[in-house]
Amino acid sequence: MTAVTSPPKKQAQRGRPGQSSPKLAYLPILFLAFAIGIPLLIIIVYSFLEKPSQGTGVKWVFTLENYKALFIQEKLDGTTVLDTRYIKVLWTSFYYSIITTVVTLVLAIPVAMWIATRDARKRNLLVALVTLPFWISILIRTYGMRQIIADEGPIGKFLGIFDISFSILYTPTATILGLIYVFLPFMILPIYASAERFDFRLAEAAYDLGAKRMTVVRRVILPSIRPGVISGIALVFIPALGSFLQSDMLGGGKTNMVANVIANNFGQARNWPFGSALAVLLIVLTLLFVLIMQGAAQKRGDKVELV
Amino acid sequence: MSEKYLEIRNITKVFQTPEGGEVRALDDVTLDIASGEFFILLGPSGCGKTTLLRSIAGLEYPDSGEIILQGERIDDKPPYERPVNTVFQSYALFPHMTVGENIAFGLEMENVDKDEVAKRVSEALEQVQLAGYDKRMPSQLSGGQQQRVALARALAKKPKVLLLDEPLSALDLKLRRGMQVELKRLQRETGITFVFVTHDQEEAMSMGDRIAVFSEGKIVQLDTPVEVYRRPVNAYVADFIGETNLIQGTVVAGGISLPGGHVLPTDQLAADSVIPAAGEVTVAIRPEDLVLATNGLIGGIVTDVIFTGDSVRVHVKVGDVEVIAALASYGTEIPVQGSSITLNPEHRAARTVAS
Repeated sequence: MTAVTSPPKKQAQRGRPGQSSPKLAYLPILFLAFAIGIPLLIIIVYSFLEKPSQGTGVKWVFTLENYKALFIQEKLDGTTVLDTRYIKVLWTSFYYSIITTVVTLVLAIPVAMWIATRDARKRNLLVALVTLPFWISILIRTYGMRQIIADEGPIGKFLGIFDISFSILYTPTATILGLIYVFLPFMILPIYASAERFDFRLAEAAYDLGAKRMTVVRRVILPSIRPGVISGIALVFIPALGSFLQSDMLGGGKTNMVANVIANNFGQARNWPFGSALAVLLIVLTLLFVLIMQGAAQKRGDKVELV
Repeated sequence: MSEKYLEIRNITKVFQTPEGGEVRALDDVTLDIASGEFFILLGPSGCGKTTLLRSIAGLEYPDSGEIILQGERIDDKPPYERPVNTVFQSYALFPHMTVGENIAFGLEMENVDKDEVAKRVSEALEQVQLAGYDKRMPSQLSGGQQQRVALARALAKKPKVLLLDEPLSALDLKLRRGMQVELKRLQRETGITFVFVTHDQEEAMSMGDRIAVFSEGKIVQLDTPVEVYRRPVNAYVADFIGETNLIQGTVVAGGISLPGGHVLPTDQLAADSVIPAAGEVTVAIRPEDLVLATNGLIGGIVTDVIFTGDSVRVHVKVGDVEVIAALASYGTEIPVQGSSITLNPEHRAARTVAS
């Protein structure tokens, strides 16, 4: 064959209508690589370095001491004992995050279902109301919460009338309350997105086949909104694990979460390498959680992508 | 066949429109459906037929009236306590369950034991000719197959009445014809009473034992397909069921004066035609009941000639109205467009109808 038909080069490069050029994605990808990748790399590198004898920063000497120090304490006499302080802090963080996730889930499902069953115009209004807290800085909202739940705040004063003592500020309860308050919209929105797509004729079909109300919810509605529930759990649990504002402002610094300890090491304690090691451990545990969630999602053939 | 199997007594249902108005979806509807009957609720969209079906299923609660099944009132019961099942227009198969799980769902609700569930699932799949499909997901099936699964899911419950809400409307013509035959066969084999909603008059006539023709929340006519077709009670039914020429005439001595001045003699009308003493009257003539004639009663100019194979459809302009005649495609000379022809109705085929 001698005749060669040259392909219409320009057309092929232009691609199909509506398809954007990959070049447009280069800049954001580059930005993300710098903004996430480089700090992450720095943290990982720092976690294997020594702390300088004085001042902040790092001494460029390789060591595994920081990781050892997460679990083992060396006493003055040279003996080593298991140090449970950081394990406890991690456990506290996990514990608070799990409670936050469970409570927001239980609160979010009925709300999301209720919004999804309103007519289109009301739905948009209600979704806007759910996102309303995002309009105000989290710092201000948490500060506002502190005023409300303070011993002398409106709740305390009201209960005072009936001689009921109310004192939850600077306790773990206050921290968890703050976490639930901040993360609730992050649970409602993805579940709503799934619930909105739910075909309510399926619920009718289930009723028709003899299912009672709770059975319809359990066997038809919940499985249908699974993707939203999984996204919601990820969107609440992961950031909750790294929260420090609530324990700082509402827990009064007494109930430390892991992020408080990390922040402290980069601040007052001036131990950047150790703070880095703790941060790396948190990242690894979070990643592990994400992988488990994704595994659970994939097993059911749901279309959920978390990473 | 015991006569009173499913009784609908004075059912009324009013819906509020978003604009604040009211729609009487069902207006004092009363009818009896016999056991083992293939009963059709026919009418255009919005005529109330689906509301009636949903009221029987329990998915809609009527404002007043009673629904009685085998002597027992069911209209105040929730859907899960009624021994009736529905095949939905959208099929409504649970997308997260396999075909087998979909069919088993209804049986599990009755606490049927596991072996029995498995047996009845495969039985139901066999009935709809989908044996071996139990492990598939609904999304892997074609529209026609999904429709069969929806049917199997309802049939597996062995309902006392099977309600079908326009189940074939999403299928293409060929598939629809096939399913019509199959539904008829299934109904015969199972002996289950079918209540079938459709807006397709051809579907209604080919499947139903009896048809209830609905208009604006009321039953206009309730009869067998042959009777509804042959003796429509009014112009609405005549026009909705099949095709009809509705011709306005004037009552004169000895007959009805048609456009063009010719008189259709009374003894040429269907025997049960009611002719008022005087004034205007509507004459209904089916296109297939018109034949070419020399000096016929209905004359005009041919405006269109459409050859459909088994017949020739001739559109004739008679005064201000257009009359359609379906002539036999053989043995007659096919009229030419623009020519002048005259037609006669077959003996006693024309009838007067209330407008």
